[in-house]
Amino acid sequence: MSWMSPKMRARTLRTAFQALRRNKTRSALTMLGIVIGVAAVIAMMEIGNGSARAIERSIASMGADNLMIFAGTAASGGVTFGGGSAHTLTPEDAAAILRECPAVRAVAPTVRARTQLVYGNRNWVPMQILGSTPSYLEVRGWTELAEGEPFTDQDVRNAAKVCLLGQTIVRELFQGTSPVGQEVRINNVAVRVVGVLSAKGSNMMGMDQDDFVLLPWTTVKRRISGSALRETNQSAAAASGSTQQTSTSDLYPGQVSLYPEQSAAQAANNPLPVRFATVDHIQVAATTPEKIPLAIEQITELLRQRHRLGADKPDDFNIRDMSEVTRNFTSTASLMTNLLLGVALISLVVGGVGIMNIMLVSVTERTREIGLRMAVGARARDILRQFLVEAVVLCMLGGAFGILLGRGTSLMIRTFKGWPTELSLGAIVAAVAVSLTVGIGFGYYPAWKASRLDPIEALRYE
Amino acid sequence: MELIKLQDIRKTYRVGEVDLPVLKGISLTIDHGELVALMGASGSGKTTLMNILGCLDRPTSGQYWLEGREISRISADERALLRNSKMGFVFQNFNLLARTSALENVLMPLLYSSEPITEQEGRQRAEALLERVGLADRMDHEPSQLSGGQQQRVAIARSLINRPPLLFADEPTGNLDSRTSREILEMFQQLNEEEGITIILVTHDADVAAHARRTIHIKDGLIQDGAFASTSGEPAEPVAGSPAGSTTTEALP
Ligand SMILES: Nc1ncnc2c1ncn2[C@@H]1O[C@H](COP(=O)(O)OP(=O)(O)OP(=O)(O)O)[C@@H](O)[C@H]1O
Ligand SMILES: [Mg+2]
Repeated sequence: MSWMSPKMRARTLRTAFQALRRNKTRSALTMLGIVIGVAAVIAMMEIGNGSARAIERSIASMGADNLMIFAGTAASGGVTFGGGSAHTLTPEDAAAILRECPAVRAVAPTVRARTQLVYGNRNWVPMQILGSTPSYLEVRGWTELAEGEPFTDQDVRNAAKVCLLGQTIVRELFQGTSPVGQEVRINNVAVRVVGVLSAKGSNMMGMDQDDFVLLPWTTVKRRISGSALRETNQSAAAASGSTQQTSTSDLYPGQVSLYPEQSAAQAANNPLPVRFATVDHIQVAATTPEKIPLAIEQITELLRQRHRLGADKPDDFNIRDMSEVTRNFTSTASLMTNLLLGVALISLVVGGVGIMNIMLVSVTERTREIGLRMAVGARARDILRQFLVEAVVLCMLGGAFGILLGRGTSLMIRTFKGWPTELSLGAIVAAVAVSLTVGIGFGYYPAWKASRLDPIEALRYE
Repeated sequence: MELIKLQDIRKTYRVGEVDLPVLKGISLTIDHGELVALMGASGSGKTTLMNILGCLDRPTSGQYWLEGREISRISADERALLRNSKMGFVFQNFNLLARTSALENVLMPLLYSSEPITEQEGRQRAEALLERVGLADRMDHEPSQLSGGQQQRVAIARSLINRPPLLFADEPTGNLDSRTSREILEMFQQLNEEEGITIILVTHDADVAAHARRTIHIKDGLIQDGAFASTSGEPAEPVAGSPAGSTTTEALP
C-alpha cells in the first residue's frame, strides 16, 4: 500500500500551503534562512566552477598538452647539476621524437637567450628570447600570426637573422607602427622582423607570454649568444659521458658549416668531444593532454636508447609536464571553493535551526488546532505528516527562491565584477537535496512533538 | 435500539501521588435517535464522561459498547477513525481555524476521512451544510468576520461533514446570548428530528436541558438519574421555543 494516495497528497499539500499562508510574514522570515543558505551555495559553486574553468583555460594557453625535455639533471660522482647544466639534447633528438613517438604531435628544440632588444632609440629586455624552429608555433598552438609570416626551416638552416615579435614588444618598441620589415638589434645583431605573434595573455603565474621574441635556434646559438654562452661547463660535458658526435649537417644538409671542423690539435686538447649542436630544451606537444604520460614513456625510452644509457645509468634528461602545475592550481582553487561552500552549508544548517525554532513555536501556538484536528479524526501520523510537509514545503520554496537569488547574484558578480562564473547543475541538485534534507531533518522534531499531543489537553490549551 | 452502552465506567486521574477518581462507575445506555442532555454541577465529571463517550479519552476501567462493539481498549488510531466516521464534535469555544474561510473550515475533517469522496462532492456537501445552518451567504467569511452564533453554526456544519450518526456538544451555547442559544438549540433539535442524529449535549442550563427528551444528571462522578431511557421514562416533552424569561430551576439538590 502506498503511503498516501495522490488525492491525499494533493490535499495535504494544499493544507500545508493554507497553513503557511495564514502566517505569511512568519513563513517568509522562516524561509529567509534557507533562501540565503541556498543562494550562497549556488553562488559559491558557480564562482568556483567559473574560476576552475578559467584556470583550465589559462593552463591550456600555456599548453596543457605540452611537455618539456630538459637537458640532464644527471648526478655525476655525487654532484647534481641544475636543469640545463648538462648538454645532452640535440636537434636530432627532437627530430627522432617526432618520427618515432606516436603519442607526439609536434616537437621543437629550443635555446634560450636573455639580452637587450634595441629599435631606434628605444630598448627593451624581453622576458623570453627563444630560438627554435617554425614547429615551435605548432607545439604551442600559436600558429595564428597577427601580422607577417613565420620564419621557415630554410631560415633555421641558414641561421637567418629574422625574428617574430610578441605583442608586448611591438607595443613597447614600435608604439603602434607595424614592425614587419623593420630591423631590431639583438645583442648588436641586426635582425629583421618577419612577423608579429597573436596575443596570448599572461599565464597562471602572471607571466606575460607576449613579452617574447622567437628566432631560429641556429641564429640564437651562433650569432646572438655567441661563443661566450657555449658550453664551458666541463664537468657537465663529462657527466653527460656521451660520445655521440653531432652536428647540424646531417639534419640540415647543404648548409654552410655552422661549426668549424675540429682540428687534430683541438681533438687532442679536448679528448671528451664537446657537443656543439645541443639545445637547452626540447618542447613537445602530445597528441592530446591525456596522452602526456604515454608520450613521456615513449620519449624516455627513445632518448635512453639514443643516448646509449645502460640499464644502470640514470636519465641524462628530465621531462616535465604541466600536470603538477595544473594540480597545484586546481587544488588551491578547489580548496577555496570548498571553504566557502562549507561556510554556505553552515548558513544552511543555521537556516534549518531557524526553521525548527519557528516550527516549534508554531506547534505550540497551534496546539488548539492540533487538538481540533485530532478530535475530528486526525491520527498522530496525519499530524506528523502535515507538519513535516509544511516544513518541507517551506524549505523547498526557500530552496527555489535561493536558487533564483544565487543565480542572480552570480550573474551580477559576472557582469559587474567580471569574475568568471559558470552554471552548476550539480549545485542546483545539491541545493534541492539539501533543502529537502533540512526540511525533513529539522521539521521532524516539531512535527513529532505535535503528533504526540493529547487531543483533550490540546483542545483545552489556552 | 442501543447505540451506546456503558458498563461501570471509571476514570481516575493521578495528580502527583494522589489518585483522584472523577468517574466512579457510570453505567448508561443511549439509543439511536435520542437527544440527551447531560447535567451536573461544575466539576462533577461531565466533560470527562463526554471525552470518553467521544473516544477522545479511555476509561481507567469499565466497558464501552458503540453499536454493539466493545471499544474501551482499542488503539488511538482506531479511536481516531471512529471519531472521524461516527462522531461529530461541537465545542463551547467553536474551535474554528483562524484566517480560514467558513467553507474550508467545514471541509477540514474530510482531510482525515477514509471515505472515497471527490473534491467536488466534498465541496457540494459542505455548501449544502452551510446552507442548512443558514450561512449560504457567509461561506467565504473567515471566523473573525462572523458573529459567535454564526461561528457555532459553522462548527455544527463541520461536525456533520462526515455524516456521523452521533453528535457531541459540550456546552455549545455557553458563549452565546440567550436568543442565539435558542436558535442553536433549535438547530440541534431539528437535526435530531429530521436527520435522526443522536445528540448528547452537556449543559448547566435547565432551560437548555428542557430542549432534550431525556436528561442525565451527574453528581460527583455518579449518575443520579436518567441513565436508562426506559427507567427514567419521558421527562419533559421537547418544548420548542420555550419562553425566554421562564424561571430556571436547579435540577436537584
Ligand atoms: N487531566 C486531569 N487531571 C486531573 N484532574 C482532572 C483532569 N481533568 C479533569 N480533572 C478533574 O476532574 C474533575 C471533573 O472535571 P470535568 O471537566 O469533567 O468537570 P465538568 O463537569 O465538565 O465541569 P464544568 O461544568 O466546570 O465543565 C474536576 O475536579 C477536575 O479537576
Ligand atoms: Mg466541562
